[in-house]
Amino acid sequence: MIRDTTIGSKLWAAAVWTVVGFFVVNLLAMIATVVTSSFATRWLGTWLPIGWTTRWYSSAWSEFQLGDVLLVTFQVVGAVVLISGVLGVTAAYALARRDFAGKRLLVLLFLLPLLIPPITFGIPLATVLYRTGLAGTFWGVVAANLVPTVPFVILVMIPFIEQIDPKIEAAARVFGANTFKLFIHVLLPLLLPGILAALLLVLVRTIAMFELTFLVAGPTSQTLVVALYYAVFAAGVRAVQSIDAMAVVYMVTTLIWLIIALRFVNPTQIVTRAKQQPAH
Amino acid sequence: MDALAPTPTILEGPSLRQRLAAYGFDAVTLLVVPAAIFSLLLFVYPFAFGFILSFEPKAGGDWLANYKRFFSDPFLYETIGKTLGLAVPVTLLNLLIAVPIAFRVRLMRRQRLLTTILVLPITLGTVLVAEGLLNYLGPQGWFNRTLMTFGLISQPLKLVHNYWGVFASLVITGFPFTFLLTLSYVTGIDPALEQAAATLGASAWQRFRHIYLPLLMPGFAITFCLSFVQAFSVFPSAVLLGEPAGLTRVISIAAYQAAFEEYDYPMASAVAMIMGFVQLAIVVAVLASRGLFYRGPASGAKG
Repeated sequence: MIRDTTIGSKLWAAAVWTVVGFFVVNLLAMIATVVTSSFATRWLGTWLPIGWTTRWYSSAWSEFQLGDVLLVTFQVVGAVVLISGVLGVTAAYALARRDFAGKRLLVLLFLLPLLIPPITFGIPLATVLYRTGLAGTFWGVVAANLVPTVPFVILVMIPFIEQIDPKIEAAARVFGANTFKLFIHVLLPLLLPGILAALLLVLVRTIAMFELTFLVAGPTSQTLVVALYYAVFAAGVRAVQSIDAMAVVYMVTTLIWLIIALRFVNPTQIVTRAKQQPAH
Repeated sequence: MDALAPTPTILEGPSLRQRLAAYGFDAVTLLVVPAAIFSLLLFVYPFAFGFILSFEPKAGGDWLANYKRFFSDPFLYETIGKTLGLAVPVTLLNLLIAVPIAFRVRLMRRQRLLTTILVLPITLGTVLVAEGLLNYLGPQGWFNRTLMTFGLISQPLKLVHNYWGVFASLVITGFPFTFLLTLSYVTGIDPALEQAAATLGASAWQRFRHIYLPLLMPGFAITFCLSFVQAFSVFPSAVLLGEPAGLTRVISIAAYQAAFEEYDYPMASAVAMIMGFVQLAIVVAVLASRGLFYRGPASGAKG
């Protein structure tokens, strides 16, 4: 490593760390504002609220029907995780193991939903789903959420599968395993860390996926983040603290899964797909 | 065929199955089919459908009526300029801050804490960031309060329900994204190249300008494109933190209103197509200029 000891470079380093500090402090203060407000009795024009209470949680729970919303959220997320796992892992296996005509085109087809922002393809997608009557239903929301998650699983899994020696599979074939047995007894155990990482990332992304769910959800198929949007949008109807209590519930739901996910993946993987794979 | 091939047992070529296998098509390849059909049905088909629908105006008129309406109504065509006015400065600012920080963080042993904190706003999403900023940047929020305590301002700054609210939310969610992408490009370059330059007496600025910058330009171009596209499609924070009827009426609001307030799906599709086209135009322009820079291996080989 090169060490610069001139005053200029020290000043420069200090300036850079100041910017990082400023960003992190503001970010944490923003989150702290929401949490503080959700426990406040009255908070107007002072540094801290006058008193503390937890009653906003029970009022938010009943006002926004959080029980139902959470149930729908977990059902949607569960279905999305399962289906994108099955579709994504099988497709990734084919793409990792075979070279065929049109493979590059297919990879591009899977790359596009990740590069194009959801709101751009969400509007035509919602139009189609409304025409078929699927929009507003549970499966409509699941279908819309699958559009970016299936390609995501495929692109995370391809390098994982590529690093497994094909000779292991050949050996299993020699001993008479069919494709299904090969998958269950050989590939699945070897791929489990990769599948787990990919699916946890899908889970976190789906809980936080606002645009697609917002465009196709009906009143009974809203996920938590969409319900939160409507609550903030109609601010003034309800107490701010009540909305903040809901925001904290949303934060906790997301963060629990994020913490679990971070045990298996590098934080940078949430942004850059599988750039730095741990060597197995 | 039989007449021309009197001894089929000898002349028979490989079976269809074998010939397909030679091109890489066999049972394993078929595993890709479900996902491909799914993508065609839910991604390609809606896009094509929306594209065709945008030429079939709801109110009648000729096939370009929706586009003509978009480009003649200032309430609609000005959304492009407003969205660009948000997305371009935010993306440039994020990239300009991210690069020096990435160069510092690359030297750190323990990056995990910082990257974990930075991943927070990405995972929490724009809706939560908007809700948090509404309180935090509001006239009674901690941000204005701190500035007033230090005597930097006498009146609270107006930071929400205008351009700056949306700007701040795009920095909070966009900067971590840009930074983590930049970091992965910066750490991908072999430090030996920099050490060689340092041995030859290049200063820190010279090493950046003549070694790193040319090597990183392609990566920066891709980072810019991805961050720009994210910022260009800003929606929830433009509604919640901005002035959705005025200064921050971005193009996705126009598309949403056409679809869900006027129930004019052809018009909404037209706006979505225009939005996609503008994104594509900027991305193509940036990636085309990438050809002007060095392309080749820069990551270290073993040894």
